[in-house]
Amino acid sequence: MRTFRIGGIHPPENKLSAGKKITALAAPKQVIIPLSQHIGAPAQAVVKKGDMVKVGTLLAKVGGFVSANIHSSVSGKVNKIDNAIDASGYRRPAVFIDVEGDEWEETIDRSETLVKECNLSAKEIIDKIAAAGVVGMGGATFPTQVKLMPPPGSKAEIVIVNAVECEPYLTADHSLMLAKGEQILVGVTILMKAVGVNRAVIGIENNKPDAIAHMQKLAAQYPGVEIMPLKVKYPQGGEKQLIDAVIGKQVKSGALPISAGAIVQNVGTVYAVYEAVQKNKPLFERVVTVTGKAVKEPSNFLVRMGTPISVLIEAAGGMPENTGKIIGGGPMMGKALISAEVPVCKGSSGILLMTKEESVRKPMHDCIRCAKCVSACPMGLNPAFLMKATVYQNWEMAEKENIQDCIECGSCSYTCPAYRPLLDNIRVGKAKVMGIIRARKK
Amino acid sequence: MIIIAIITLGIIGAAGAALLYVTSKKFEVVEDPRIAQVQSVLPGANCGGCGYPGCSGFASACVKATSLDGMLCPVGGAPVMAKVASILGMEAEAAEPKIAVVRCNGTCQARPRTNVYDGTKSCAIASTLYGGETGCSFGCLGYGDCVKACSFDAIHINPQTGLPEVDEDRCTSCGACVKACPKNIIELRKKGPKSRRIFVSCVNKDKGAVARKACSNACIGCGKCAKECPFGAITVENNVAYIDFTKCRMCRKCVAVCPTGAIHELNFPPRKEAPAAPKPAAAPKPTPVAPETSKPATAVTPKPEATTQAAPAAEPENKKANE
Repeated sequence: MRTFRIGGIHPPENKLSAGKKITALAAPKQVIIPLSQHIGAPAQAVVKKGDMVKVGTLLAKVGGFVSANIHSSVSGKVNKIDNAIDASGYRRPAVFIDVEGDEWEETIDRSETLVKECNLSAKEIIDKIAAAGVVGMGGATFPTQVKLMPPPGSKAEIVIVNAVECEPYLTADHSLMLAKGEQILVGVTILMKAVGVNRAVIGIENNKPDAIAHMQKLAAQYPGVEIMPLKVKYPQGGEKQLIDAVIGKQVKSGALPISAGAIVQNVGTVYAVYEAVQKNKPLFERVVTVTGKAVKEPSNFLVRMGTPISVLIEAAGGMPENTGKIIGGGPMMGKALISAEVPVCKGSSGILLMTKEESVRKPMHDCIRCAKCVSACPMGLNPAFLMKATVYQNWEMAEKENIQDCIECGSCSYTCPAYRPLLDNIRVGKAKVMGIIRARKK
Repeated sequence: MIIIAIITLGIIGAAGAALLYVTSKKFEVVEDPRIAQVQSVLPGANCGGCGYPGCSGFASACVKATSLDGMLCPVGGAPVMAKVASILGMEAEAAEPKIAVVRCNGTCQARPRTNVYDGTKSCAIASTLYGGETGCSFGCLGYGDCVKACSFDAIHINPQTGLPEVDEDRCTSCGACVKACPKNIIELRKKGPKSRRIFVSCVNKDKGAVARKACSNACIGCGKCAKECPFGAITVENNVAYIDFTKCRMCRKCVAVCPTGAIHELNFPPRKEAPAAPKPAAAPKPTPVAPETSKPATAVTPKPEATTQAAPAAEPENKKANE
């Protein structure tokens, strides 16, 4: 069985909500829909206070080349457009909507029937995906239409679907595959058509045998689509790691995945593509895992964007008493949230409630030069050295040692026996070096 | 035998000396002797506050420059620049002495904590993760990146307020703390006559009600100070007031009208009219803390009467606005 070659770690999987069916949550009383739910320029609001909106109404349109449309997830009245704390931990502009009823835009096909046929051209497919505001739903939230238009001179050879879900605890993609396998496969064929390739691989880690079996059974009817079980290793869901695992090609430092001929899409994104193209349904709801060791009922919910996470926690049996941290995302790459009123966004794959004992940071000690971080780093970097370069602000050295290649997976910090905050420092250094590189290019 | 050895070594030594002499003459690097002279009068802190790499870099830049306009050693200030000018036979630009000013007044009492940060104690790292431990995402984080950046031991965190305080005697206005602060709170401002200066001690860009809720000392952008200022030195942009120190004439009218006490005055003598009923314990807000602990005698004046009276009157209004 295949996996990526460099580094990687094996954190405890803790997939508590595995096998739980997706439960759709009703819309809350008020939703807060942030205007930047994606990487790139924030979307520009096209509604104003007092406007009536339906489910699927465009709230904000793209604010640049790398940007995405944002649609209403509920029907009701726009209460205000104001700043609200989102998952970034900062106040950023958002649309507040008071929910009234549940009226959908007429263009959306709400039936459950599977639509296999797609007679659109590649350009039309990409336009539809862009109009629906689809972004990478694994967590990076990169606008999908941009990814599907490779820069001139590069040619895609394969579509790789990321169904790895290497983050511990999270099961959103797993449950989605079990529930919507057929739709995902149609989505894959649409993507293959959009980028003009005839081969696609869905990579699934072998800790999800039911999903592998289910998808393999269905994939038999879809020529060119292959299900590839992968050996469990974190961070296999990283784009470059997955390309290495699936086709055995290394993407060079600073290069895009397309240089290896691959276009990688998360399985959640593929489902969103299916809904956007075949059902005219913009991206306004997603599957979110609510989990944690003290959570009464770890579950997978289908949630409207903008729902405060407190609603989800309530639905999973309420906030456990000894909750120390609320993490948005998984335990490895997720981020502690400062409030339970943070809304669910396009990139929210899970909510993890950590107990007080689990969430305490241990005091940092001196580096003992054990090089565990070096062997764990999936990008082949030297995290201990990069941290040092950042602390001493030696940006030239940091750049020479490719700090900009860090994918912020946190394997180094996880593995460090001296509990050194390696990633925390590297993230600062990476931002600085990226700034220097951008300034040089101008 | 010994003699032969001495003679041989002597000849080798002499030959070597001759070679060194010839090469040193032939490949001599002619350096302007004034560079060394200028460098000798510079403080030698190599802080980089002038914008050049260390004192020798600044010295050679001064010697090469045609005029000293825009050249300033912030550490040495005017006296050092006068010495440099006399060495080079040029006129030194009249430089206004500056000082680092911390524009955050969110003390522990004024700014309640809404969450606990247990990550690495570094402002740069914390600010990549989120807005901070309080409701104000613009204010001081208090992990002391500025303290670490200062080569002159001039800035320290006051454990009572949780905010950095500048030691007026030690600060050389090199600007290292300004660059280190990820929230852009520290600013180099004119030191002012007798070190007297007035500034808005807040950078919160949130709307008034939000800012007030997060911090009782926040500037709420009400604009009273801008209306009061007879010199047009105050502008309110993005819900926060800013005093242009080149226009400010130190009349202190703005300090009196500010409803939240966000405008600070430093090193002024107490005002003429004595407070009618001095009730420091019952004051609605903690009095602004003087960043200069070294000068207790000339530190911040007690809160003027006008402010103490205006504040309780203004507070219920603001509370209403919050709701």
